Amino acid sequence: MPRYLSLVKIDEARVPAEGHSEELGRRMGELIEEITKAGVMLDTAGLLPSAEGMSVRWEGGRITVTDGPFTESKEVVGGYAITQCKDRAEALYWAERFLRVHEEFWTLTCEVREIAEG
Amino acid sequence: MDPREAVETVFRIESPRIIATVTRLVRDVGIAEELAQDALVAALEQWPRDGVPDNPGAWLTATARRRAVDLIRRRETYARKLAEIGRDLTETTPPPEGDTDADDFGDDVLRLVFMACHPVLTPAARTALILRLLGGLTTAEIARAYLAPEATVAQRIVRAKRTLAEKNVAFEVPHGPDREARLGSVLDVIYLIFNEGYAATAGDDWLRPALCEDALRLARQLAALMPQEPEVHALAALLEFQASRTPARTDPDGGPVLLRDQDRRRWNRPLIARGIHALARAEATTSGAPGRYTLQATIAACHAHAHRYEDTDWPSIAVLYGLLATRFPSPVVELNRAVAVSMTQGPAAALTLVDALAAEPALEAYHLLPSVRGDLLERLGRTEEARAEFVRAAGLAGNGRERELLRRRAEGV
Repeated sequence: MPRYLSLVKIDEARVPAEGHSEELGRRMGELIEEITKAGVMLDTAGLLPSAEGMSVRWEGGRITVTDGPFTESKEVVGGYAITQCKDRAEALYWAERFLRVHEEFWTLTCEVREIAEG
Repeated sequence: MDPREAVETVFRIESPRIIATVTRLVRDVGIAEELAQDALVAALEQWPRDGVPDNPGAWLTATARRRAVDLIRRRETYARKLAEIGRDLTETTPPPEGDTDADDFGDDVLRLVFMACHPVLTPAARTALILRLLGGLTTAEIARAYLAPEATVAQRIVRAKRTLAEKNVAFEVPHGPDREARLGSVLDVIYLIFNEGYAATAGDDWLRPALCEDALRLARQLAALMPQEPEVHALAALLEFQASRTPARTDPDGGPVLLRDQDRRRWNRPLIARGIHALARAEATTSGAPGRYTLQATIAACHAHAHRYEDTDWPSIAVLYGLLATRFPSPVVELNRAVAVSMTQGPAAALTLVDALAAEPALEAYHLLPSVRGDLLERLGRTEEARAEFVRAAGLAGNGRERELLRRRAEGV
């Protein structure tokens, strides 16, 4: 059964200052529990703001380290999930469910990528 | 996604929960499955026209529930009319109390698992029913996985559902002394499914990865539904460890590769990590002596921890098999113990144990008995006898790939 990496991308500038509503947190928790109980979820977590991250680049044989926030990219990875699904359609189903727990004022992208298996 | 594909995907994912919810109402798995199918038909009619609803799973469940309630009302009306004309109404099933709660999906799914693994059913019926109701596999898929005619599997499922109804098997997770035995049956069914995929007893493919994956998913599902049960976590751990070896267990031609010859760099490390985590949860939730699956998972962990075959902690494995043999005696466990003993005390000591199993009726046609014996004889330099044992093992192996491997070993002695 293929594994999928879902990268949840957000525009940090547009995240509400007060963060997730309590209601969203509850719905998200319920959904994650549901995905886990379906035997699908392998791992998931949210990421701290990119301001606390760093970017390490290899170019022309040299390393450059840049501290966050990653202002040049509009959307940054805000969280991830690794799931094991029967097929693409199932992975898409859960990604849609994940996006739909958010309130309408959110703008999010969930990039779903199959993990190459050795 | 086109609506038709969306309907089918959603239905496959949601059907265990729909069937579980509806079974709670109608108390009959067969009828519940039919009502779920009715909801699917309704979706196929409406979604392409009106669009896929925001929460398609909830839509399907609500539709199936509504139909269940209609069915019960019709039965009640019918029963009342019967009563009015003075007849008996023992046939009716009133809706149980407190059935407005639609949020208890997890518990309903669990009840469905326990119902499907009831001892009134044969192990073959239990596995078919679990794959059908919980795994969401079609009858054709199950038949393909077990190399059985589709009609046989279909009939097995129909008969199983009828038996559950006739014997009035309760839709519940048993309590008290019953609980442990029934949970044991549930775990055994999942383990059976996994093993059929891990080393197929017949056919030409040695592995049927899809069956292993379904079993692993069921085990994970169960662990999430019953977080307080150590043996459930242990089974999940055992399957994660075993599944982690899959990429290394076959050569490029699909033939089996023995544990000692496997390229351990190809073992799936994330699965091993999940196995370690699940085993830790089993240990954290247990209060008494370790159960059967905890012991087996601990043995599997010993293999997983060894980066090279030579690093395997055989003394621990021998002790663990000793515990297993004492607490859960079986000829197969004893045979595995002999292998561990051969690694700690040498092949001669192990041969004594294996020879004691020669008269065991359960192992009479088990190809691994002569296979292990051949291995020990080879290590003792008794090549002629070793060859004869490998030939005998090849004759007993039901799987084509394994037969080939054993023939090669016979030639190589």
